[in-house]
Amino acid sequence: MASAIKPGESYGFFTDTSICIGCKACEVACKEWNQLEGNDPKFLADSFDNTGQLDDQNWRHVKFIDNVPDQSVDAGNGKAWLMMSDVCKHCKHASCMDVCPTGAIIRTEFNSVFIQQDACNGCRNCIAACPYSVIAINPKTGTAHKCTLCYDRLQDGLQPACAKACPTQSIQFGPLAELQQAADVRLAALHSQGVTQAELYGRDDKVYGGLNAFFLLMDKPEAYGLPNADNAGLPSRNDLGGYIAALITAVLGTIAGIVAFRRRGTS
Amino acid sequence: MTNHWRDIKNADLILINGANPAEAHPVGFQWFMRAKLDRGAKIIHADPRFTRTSAVADMYLRIRTGSDVAYFGGLINHVLQNNLFQDVYVRNYTNASFIVNQGFDFKDGLFSGYDPGKRTYDISSWSYEVGSDGFAKRDMTLQDPRSVFQLMKTFYSRYTPEVVSSISGIPVDEFNKVADLVGQMGKPDKVMTIVYAVGLTHHTTGGQLIRSGALLQLLLGNMGRPGGGMNAERGHANIQGNTDHAISWEILPGYLKIPAPGQKNLDDYVAQSAPKKSDPNSWNFFGTNYRKFMVSTLKAWYGDAAAKTNEFAFDYIPKPGQNSSWMSIFDQALKGKMEGVILSGMTASSIGPDSNQVQQALSNLKWLVVMDPLPTTSSEFWHAPGIDANQVKTEVFMLPTTHWIEKDGSFVNSGRWSQWKDQVLPPQGQARHDHWILSDLFNRVKDLYKQQGGKFADPIMALTFAYKDPLKPDLDEIAKEINGKDLSTGKQMTSFALLKDDGTTTVGDWIYTGSYLDAGNLMKRRSGIQDPKTNDPTGMGFYPNWAWSWPLNRRVLYNRASADLTGQPWDPARPGISWNGTKWVGDVPDYPPTMDPHDPKAYLPFIMNGEGVGRLFSNSMIDGPLPEHYEPVESPVTNPLHANNSASPVAFLYDQAAGRPNRFGTVTDFPYIATSYRLTEHEHYVTQHVPHLVQLQPEPFVEIPWELAQTKSIKTGDKVRVSSKRGKVEVLAVVTKRLGALTVAGQTVFQIGIPIHWGYVGIPADADPGHGRYWLANALTPFVGDANSRTPEFKAFLVNLEKL
Repeated sequence: MASAIKPGESYGFFTDTSICIGCKACEVACKEWNQLEGNDPKFLADSFDNTGQLDDQNWRHVKFIDNVPDQSVDAGNGKAWLMMSDVCKHCKHASCMDVCPTGAIIRTEFNSVFIQQDACNGCRNCIAACPYSVIAINPKTGTAHKCTLCYDRLQDGLQPACAKACPTQSIQFGPLAELQQAADVRLAALHSQGVTQAELYGRDDKVYGGLNAFFLLMDKPEAYGLPNADNAGLPSRNDLGGYIAALITAVLGTIAGIVAFRRRGTS
Repeated sequence: MTNHWRDIKNADLILINGANPAEAHPVGFQWFMRAKLDRGAKIIHADPRFTRTSAVADMYLRIRTGSDVAYFGGLINHVLQNNLFQDVYVRNYTNASFIVNQGFDFKDGLFSGYDPGKRTYDISSWSYEVGSDGFAKRDMTLQDPRSVFQLMKTFYSRYTPEVVSSISGIPVDEFNKVADLVGQMGKPDKVMTIVYAVGLTHHTTGGQLIRSGALLQLLLGNMGRPGGGMNAERGHANIQGNTDHAISWEILPGYLKIPAPGQKNLDDYVAQSAPKKSDPNSWNFFGTNYRKFMVSTLKAWYGDAAAKTNEFAFDYIPKPGQNSSWMSIFDQALKGKMEGVILSGMTASSIGPDSNQVQQALSNLKWLVVMDPLPTTSSEFWHAPGIDANQVKTEVFMLPTTHWIEKDGSFVNSGRWSQWKDQVLPPQGQARHDHWILSDLFNRVKDLYKQQGGKFADPIMALTFAYKDPLKPDLDEIAKEINGKDLSTGKQMTSFALLKDDGTTTVGDWIYTGSYLDAGNLMKRRSGIQDPKTNDPTGMGFYPNWAWSWPLNRRVLYNRASADLTGQPWDPARPGISWNGTKWVGDVPDYPPTMDPHDPKAYLPFIMNGEGVGRLFSNSMIDGPLPEHYEPVESPVTNPLHANNSASPVAFLYDQAAGRPNRFGTVTDFPYIATSYRLTEHEHYVTQHVPHLVQLQPEPFVEIPWELAQTKSIKTGDKVRVSSKRGKVEVLAVVTKRLGALTVAGQTVFQIGIPIHWGYVGIPADADPGHGRYWLANALTPFVGDANSRTPEFKAFLVNLEKL
């Protein structure tokens, strides 16, 4: 991340899972910077993962997908033990924003998706809407939380804490265009080395219109529990037609309600 | 490390043995990834476990723990039999041409000179034939059957791929694939690095495991070169600094030997300690200057009390009559011969082998002082299983100390870079710096001597302590003192080459001379990647004005060997140093800076040893001049090479030597191999107190091969008991295919993985109804050490496994 961070430009993460070593420095750096206490310690019996999921306390989560074969083998071309630092994707078509009734979820001047805590009423619509299950309610504040792309750090010209802490530069932060270019170069290099299964996820617009936090994966998206391009469209209510139908229904419903109340009041 | 972290990016091939850098050194691991990303380097990871390092390696080899001598021996054999060694390098830069004494022999697993009663070798036959000129005889054709080269070729011819496979469990075809890749690394335009850690060290054959890798690197001509070397990843941020400043009992600062009984004066000491010149072109720099380093050290310690007339106070230095290494301390306590112990920055209960026995030793003490920022398993050792707190008479003093973040000072990393750091937080509560506690203690002891006198008080009373505040020395003052000064001018020394043996110079640790000049503390320098063009002029990643590395800010040791006989780099694209016609340029030369390599009298490249060349055959190890495979003391198989001498014949058996029964198990009762290690989420034991890290690995567990777990109906999350002859742990199971069956000597063997870290203090223990009573991994490990270093065999032992 060489250039200065400027409002008005799109920023994001390129998370290159081919060089992720599962050290979880991103998880800890995120919690330290954002003052997240973390959940109560619990052994999850799932490889080396005891974080479990993204939620109000975990805005970075390293997934471990253990496919190590039985016998002494080559390293499985990077597929044997998948590690991926998951995070809010800051989708172009952000369904959390679409369903937020209070306007708490906004797109910032850095083109990230941000939940304004003072405007959130804790309705949980965004939780249901997010296709990646990154949002959760903090029981203490009663509001929804997720990765902010370290909005406060960006405003001060600092890159997000997780990218700063990542020792292998698996998590890269920068202007989206630069990241996309770096990702293309990296993918080509891997393909030329015979790692043909490597693919980019969210680099183009096929997944929710494109992800500002996109990934280089070493296996199919499904292997990581991510919806593939075929399944990564928004529900029809986000179509214009759907919106109008919903609007008409809502208006009619409201009128019907008012009428009903009036009738009750007069009787 | 012979090289340094950033230099790993220069390698074409990276062998990782006995190490898990992705987990243990994630920050340094970026350079492995850079080698892979930027130059397509291949990473080969040989390890008992498929770890987070294996996950990003190009090849993973499941190897039986402790069998790396067979692995490297097989590679050495491949290189020798197929003439893949770097010919010019081997002839001129190693002792391959040296003729070995007629008396040297190796039969049925034993080298010549073995005394079975004492379990030691008389190493006098492990020497060179000496010519009439007093120097070792050499045969530059390497054809003499008594040449090191021919002896070595015969010695390693036993390590065929089949034998390697039978010992290590690596399938023959997998091993051959590695051999093919490694065999290409003897070409001058190729270079390979070997990276290792305590997975090689923690064995009764630890020293030889490391040496076997070094031999391979010498044969391939990879020692002294950028991208090459034999690179030890050190345990914590400053363990390299600890070692340099004599944390081990057998050395003084800067790896000078501790004086031995019977040495009456400096002449005796130097004669018995310093390397001797064995070739006319050998500089023997260390041997030649040994006395100067020692005298300057004594002058730093004893000032005016060290004079020519009293052999510079040589009498004041202890001459230990017996081994005083880590296990020996607790061995003495077990024998009831220790009154008290001060633990500073470590917890004996957790770190030593056979922790139940160690805790027994602690309860034999009258007093125990624990200097630590946080409660440890030693400061609360009476919680240990088998100990009745009412019966413990040991008085325990807890002295709260500052954490490293609460003080300034230097960290010396694995690459020998001494990097100065600032104090970030003020000390919490009543915490005091370790060095302030020790200074206070020293001054009080001195006062007691002053008041009451005592036997031979001089070594205490005469010790210099010229700090501004003798109770609170600054680390800055100490760093300056370590560098040394010229007493006649009062100026800081600029090089250890200028130290004298006439009492006019001082030094605290000669290898650090040059780190703190009159101009200031060079360890504070930070000219780094903010301007790579200016700060890394060679482009090799030396960054000479970033901090300071010993010796003399040299970034790659033995770098004269990075250039050919005429002084040109073996690979012009990756120069270490090169001769420009008038001087050596590049890295700080490990050689006289203006010595013309064309001069027939030019020194040989390895200036620190007597031979002047790299030692393929060496008498500096007391368990053999060439590395040989021996089984761990506890092993499920007998040694396929020599069943009569299966384990190291000179490994030190503490219990047996002390008249206690040996506490070793056999395969009948304890059928599985176990190995211990750390996880990336942990740092030693302190992280038991850090909530964010406890969340990442909340409870102790063992890793069990899937196949074995099937036979015992163990699932991940089940509670299991793992027991050895010495103790047990009762923890959760993680069932995984990352560990698997191996075929060794025709038998199927399983390895169980035991992360160390947890104990009966900290957040997880507080949450456990049993208070972490059976959580100390070292309850299982054997009380036995390497013959040379007495390093415990933490990494290979036998256990049983039961589902609870």
